[in-house]
Amino acid sequence: MNQHVKNATPVTSDLSRRSFLVGTAATGLVLGYAGVPGVGEALAAAPANFEPSVWYAISPDGLVTVTCGKADMGQHIASTMAQIVCEELGAKWSDMRVQLASNDPKFNDPVLGAQITGGSWSTMMNFDAMSRAGAAGRMALTEAAASAMGLPPFFKDELVVRDSVISHPKSKKQMTFAEVVKSGKATKTFTPDELKAIKLKTPDQYTMIGVSVPQLDIPSKTNGTAKYGIDVMLPGMAYGAVVTPPVRFGATVKSLDDADAKKVPGFIKAVILDDKTQTTSGWVVAVANTYANAKKAAQALKIAYDGGPNAKLSSQSLLDEAKRLQGLDDSGQFFVKDGDPAAALGSAAKVLEAEYTTSINIHAPMEPMNATAEFKGDILHIYSGNQFATRSGAIAAGAAGIDPKFVVMHQHWLGGGFGRRLDADMMVPAVQAAKAIGKPVKVIYTRENDMTMDFSRPLTYQKIKAGVDGDGKLTALSHDVVSAWPTARWGIPDFLTPSVDKKGPLDSFTVNGADFFYTVPNHYVRAIKNEMAHNATPSGQLRSVAPGWTFWAVESMIDEIAAATGKDPAQFRIALLDGKGKNDGGAQRLRNTLLAAMGLSGYGTKQLPKGEGMGVACVSSQERATASWTACVAHVAVAPSGEVTVKKLTVATDVGTQVHPDNIRAQVEGAALWGLSLAMYEKATLKDGGIEQRNFDSYTPLRMSQVPEVAVAVIANGEKATGVGEPAVTVVAPAIGNAIFNASGARVRALPITAEAVKGAMKA
Amino acid sequence: MLMAKVSASPVGVHYQVAAVSGFMHRQGKTPMPTLTINGRSMSVDAANDTPLLWAIREQLQMTGTKFGCGAGLCGACTVHVNGEAVRSCQTMVGDVAGKKITTIEGLSAKGDHPLQKAWVAEQVPQCGYCQSGQIMQAASLLAKNPNPTKEEVVAHMDGNLCRCMTYSRIQKAIMRAASEMRTASATSNERRPT
Repeated sequence: MNQHVKNATPVTSDLSRRSFLVGTAATGLVLGYAGVPGVGEALAAAPANFEPSVWYAISPDGLVTVTCGKADMGQHIASTMAQIVCEELGAKWSDMRVQLASNDPKFNDPVLGAQITGGSWSTMMNFDAMSRAGAAGRMALTEAAASAMGLPPFFKDELVVRDSVISHPKSKKQMTFAEVVKSGKATKTFTPDELKAIKLKTPDQYTMIGVSVPQLDIPSKTNGTAKYGIDVMLPGMAYGAVVTPPVRFGATVKSLDDADAKKVPGFIKAVILDDKTQTTSGWVVAVANTYANAKKAAQALKIAYDGGPNAKLSSQSLLDEAKRLQGLDDSGQFFVKDGDPAAALGSAAKVLEAEYTTSINIHAPMEPMNATAEFKGDILHIYSGNQFATRSGAIAAGAAGIDPKFVVMHQHWLGGGFGRRLDADMMVPAVQAAKAIGKPVKVIYTRENDMTMDFSRPLTYQKIKAGVDGDGKLTALSHDVVSAWPTARWGIPDFLTPSVDKKGPLDSFTVNGADFFYTVPNHYVRAIKNEMAHNATPSGQLRSVAPGWTFWAVESMIDEIAAATGKDPAQFRIALLDGKGKNDGGAQRLRNTLLAAMGLSGYGTKQLPKGEGMGVACVSSQERATASWTACVAHVAVAPSGEVTVKKLTVATDVGTQVHPDNIRAQVEGAALWGLSLAMYEKATLKDGGIEQRNFDSYTPLRMSQVPEVAVAVIANGEKATGVGEPAVTVVAPAIGNAIFNASGARVRALPITAEAVKGAMKA
Repeated sequence: MLMAKVSASPVGVHYQVAAVSGFMHRQGKTPMPTLTINGRSMSVDAANDTPLLWAIREQLQMTGTKFGCGAGLCGACTVHVNGEAVRSCQTMVGDVAGKKITTIEGLSAKGDHPLQKAWVAEQVPQCGYCQSGQIMQAASLLAKNPNPTKEEVVAHMDGNLCRCMTYSRIQKAIMRAASEMRTASATSNERRPT
């Protein structure tokens, strides 16, 4: 019986009301927050009976293992969490280890109250809790050491903690963490108030934060030993290959003929999924003794489908529907409503109007979707790398027809996430196949399954109207955003946002970023749900989510306004970032970041050759409240054919505090190249209800030969640490579009940017 | 109890190593192919038309070689056959019997091939999933060309996708490893008695 099942009722995650416990266990020292608020004190007398959220443990050999409740998909978040603990604990970095948490609610994010990894939130939302956990551990160890050294308690302030050693310089006594743990004396309870009162280190005292320590997961990723979900091997396991219908969503299986599949050696069974969670539709899984045989059997199945209501839809139908919805006065809900844009547009000296689109995009992480399911007694075990254990566990339970509290998720390294692994579709065939054959089953998607059944970035259509007064000042901006609503699909009300006009909740993950930091007195943003797209292309959160399209529109339009009023686009932005009213603070940081990018790129300092140009963009991604201030200067060359060469991307980002400078640079560079890939190379299309691109020959992410020079400037000004995994994705496309305009006079308004569109815009 | 669950485990998550699957049937009538992998001769219970990738991963339970696209488009499954980098998803078991196969697990005895050391020094991997294939692809270049230009590196590596976009660090690591290999080789030449 797994321990966590009895504890699976979600508890409040408000750490400010939870005690922190340091206790001795057979395996060493365990440290963590109390699972239930308010009971810490009562149970402190008998910590052995108590089950805290074990955030970390110190074994008798001195190794410190931090449990990470975040999915690690290459952002090295497990290592970062260990680094934050290590700073306050005073451990030696080579003593630090990480392990990945199960879906036990006790590992829920302290701020979000669920196990979900996204939004570039992890570091900013866990920094304080992890720091306090580390500091509390140091205090408990220090007090125990003082007592063991025979020092009176008030001498404990004379102890120095460094590299897993506690020393008392005056008496020249010292103890290692291992020795203190072995003494069994380090037991201490911190009340919520005591925990809050702990004085954390100030940045000038940091010895770990801000240091590029070797990432703990990297060696295992150079020798083949890192274990991803796809690498799970269970005794007696069978393999499942899925057959997915030609229609992305809404198809049903009319008939299944497995006569030919039965001739495939090792074939066990074909199972039509009965998916009450409605995560999948019309799927069949072929189960065999090996994956190669499962694939052969899958190919041998003869399946007749009813294509369902979406079988005739195409990208064009989704776009047409978006335009129709945008044209209706009563569509959507307001995300921002400042002043009176309609009146201001009516009295403006000049009005600009433009439409911006982005195509369907596919996550395509290198590790195709997979999951392994095993029923053991009452418990369903799921082995998979996943970003949203809280919801995915419930979907696995729904597929099995059991209560979610009987699902145990075994987290693995993720072979790329980018938002794709927030979903749990891969668990449905694994669960139902395992149930059908009474053995554990590992389901692996082919790349074709993975691409055609992606919870894609939705096709988006945006229309912006901007009004300027007689002095060329931007006075009004109306912004309609039409898309599928990825977050509404989750069915979790807390992730939706009340609308300004009280017309019910909206999916702010389709409009974030449109609430920019420019001062525009009359400004509205309307979020319009494209129900047709929502049903036909169930969408997901793709790295950087809404700001990936909202800033494409906003930052292109700002450039268009600057051009129409004869102003330098960078100076025009700086003037708009005046920090007035609600924009105070953020606007100035964004302005400074833009100036940094301009300086680093040499913007405006030299005459560029004919056909070359620079473009700027600046963004407050991801959300207004969690922004990492990011700016980009793109340098491009545009050939008369419309062919665009991106020569250099200069990205500056204000992250407040750097935990790991080298990783920030790696993340920002990766994000910027994602931005480039989405801007120039990635496009998926819907035809007859199905995604047309099936593998990396037709869906073509950036390759090494397409990488331009990338310069990254990181601004760390001592403000709170912000996220770095996504923001740089969002700034690149508009910077490139604006650079193309600067180089050639061609304004492109659709992503991805094609040579044909550039050439067409040149003529216009 | 909690204590049972908390232990100082090594880096990474706990996973179970399975015994060879209990219901693997002999397939076809041909003799079981014997593969020479990482210097060891191993029989695999797989039909001749089974992709080498799946024989390595499932029959031999060596999971460092990754499945990415199944079509030779991404390079995640790259291994060496007689020293040449090949896509194991496009290579059938029956075609490599008797040939010398090397996977990421066999590239070096202790994970200390100059490329592996350079990958750590440059902190290349993010998600890491493509990196076995990247390293194997790069190793086949350096084995033949100890002093590649940037253009040669790009041309050789362009078939290997990295969705985390670690491309510039991959390039740097290859250049670092090449330089270290040349230095090592020059040093060993100097030590040769004249």
